[in-house]
Amino acid sequence: MSVVLGLYAMWLREVKVYMRERSRVVSSIFLPLMWLIVFGKGLGSTISIENISYDVFIYPGIIGMATLFGSLFFGVYIIWDKKVDFLKEVLVSPLSRTTIFLGKVLGGITDVLIQVTILLMLGPLLGVPMTLTKMALAYIVVITLAVAIVSIGLIIGSVMESPEGFGLIVTFVAYPLFFLSGALFPIENIPRWLEPFIYIDPLTYGVDALRQIILGQGRFPLSISYSILLGLAALMVYIGTIAFDRMKAY
Amino acid sequence: MREIKKVFNSGVTAVDGISFEIAEGEVFGLLGPNGAGKTTTINILATLLKQTSGHASVNGFDCLKEPQRVRENIGIVFQDPSSDDLLTGRENLDLHGLMYGISKAERKKGIASLLELVELADRADERVRFYSGGMRRRLELARGLLHKPKVLFLDEPTLGLDPQSRERVWQYIEGMVKDKELSILLTTHYMEEAERLCNRIAIVDSGKIIVEGSPKELIKGIGGDMVKLKIKDPDMAALEAKDYILSVEKTDSYLILTAHDAKTKLQEILELAGRVESVEMRSPTLNDVFLYYTGREIREGPAEGGFGKRMMTRAKRR
Repeated sequence: MSVVLGLYAMWLREVKVYMRERSRVVSSIFLPLMWLIVFGKGLGSTISIENISYDVFIYPGIIGMATLFGSLFFGVYIIWDKKVDFLKEVLVSPLSRTTIFLGKVLGGITDVLIQVTILLMLGPLLGVPMTLTKMALAYIVVITLAVAIVSIGLIIGSVMESPEGFGLIVTFVAYPLFFLSGALFPIENIPRWLEPFIYIDPLTYGVDALRQIILGQGRFPLSISYSILLGLAALMVYIGTIAFDRMKAY
Repeated sequence: MREIKKVFNSGVTAVDGISFEIAEGEVFGLLGPNGAGKTTTINILATLLKQTSGHASVNGFDCLKEPQRVRENIGIVFQDPSSDDLLTGRENLDLHGLMYGISKAERKKGIASLLELVELADRADERVRFYSGGMRRRLELARGLLHKPKVLFLDEPTLGLDPQSRERVWQYIEGMVKDKELSILLTTHYMEEAERLCNRIAIVDSGKIIVEGSPKELIKGIGGDMVKLKIKDPDMAALEAKDYILSVEKTDSYLILTAHDAKTKLQEILELAGRVESVEMRSPTLNDVFLYYTGREIREGPAEGGFGKRMMTRAKRR
């Protein structure tokens, strides 16, 4: 019972803080919209891929991108907690480190889902064929992907001291993951030597699953890409609980 | 706690064999200058740090083996603000209650009465960002008590507060001890705070307990009045030869004597000492006790971390 209350406490705080920081809400929604509308419509006016206009083609990729960036950068808030000593208040409470970690993951997923929901609502307006089933499946993929990547962000955050350092490292991680994932182009025709990098990028499977669900085209069967995401999420949660166990209050 | 030692990775020995016990209902003070090892001691007891050697337990639970049980039994007010400033006072308390698994009805009741106690009821629904340093400290005091701990740790509870706020915090602490079955471990480098609040104090310096006892005992232990002389070339030998002079301490420009019945012996002391520029005589205080045992004065410098600096860091947040 107290574990449930503890999870709820951790989650509630993240959501309240998120909602009260308008700049955070606005920027996290604005960035994917800019990609979708400016980049998608701009390039889309001259390019189409497999008979789908470019802005529709990158729509699943942009959802993947919003999930990636929102999730990964969420890890910075554990560093802010260290900085302002709120972390100490949490660490002297009877909550186990695992509960604290899982509560943070839930908070991060919620942030991401708010952004993704806005993008999903915009789909039909952009001419993307959406149905309720597609939406439900897309949510499942996004949540699984978010669990994995929020965990990665928190693991990095748990060992870092400064938000600036975190920003540098995460940018280093985020952009290759994004560009190699096929969010912006089909991965069929890329050069041979790039292929291994694309296959080890977890976002590739997230984007591919989303494209499979929403547009009915993708490189891998949905069952394979989703299994990979699920495995990754489980592994990262496991590593995350260990990282939080080792995290020092100072 | 017994023979606690903490050596940091950097090789610094912060706590060097400190032992003490606190009885139920007692207010125990760790008194010492900045960097003496007070906060490290609290952090070990609060399970935030692991000691290098020795044994620490709270309410019968071992801090290393049963940290979870220890945490259930303690409340703590940190030296630096640790509430979330984007949340309101009430939300911070409610969050704390949730973390300790307190039911909704009890949270509501407990929070209302504690807000009343620390006189924040009318500001409870404002964000902590708009609180003054004193209000924030009072909120965190209330938070530390919400889950009814058996032991409360107060790390420099009035550091950086103005005299009025300090007085009020003292009153709350006195009230808390009276009403509840609560033991308090308090660290401070303010002598008057220790003298007013603590049943028993231990003077700590460089990670060691130098002397321990009730404030009265310690003051009595000096066994005489304090005479402070401003003097250039004191005749130390002549002074030390007198048996009513218990100790002679020399600082930069002062000579501090402890003497039996200094009131009647003052004339003689002045004659022995040499050319005196000024003289001051009084009954001893805790500050003199500290000076007596460590040979230096506690100065009210900025503390470790520095409350003001932390507030600046917060302002930059987000």
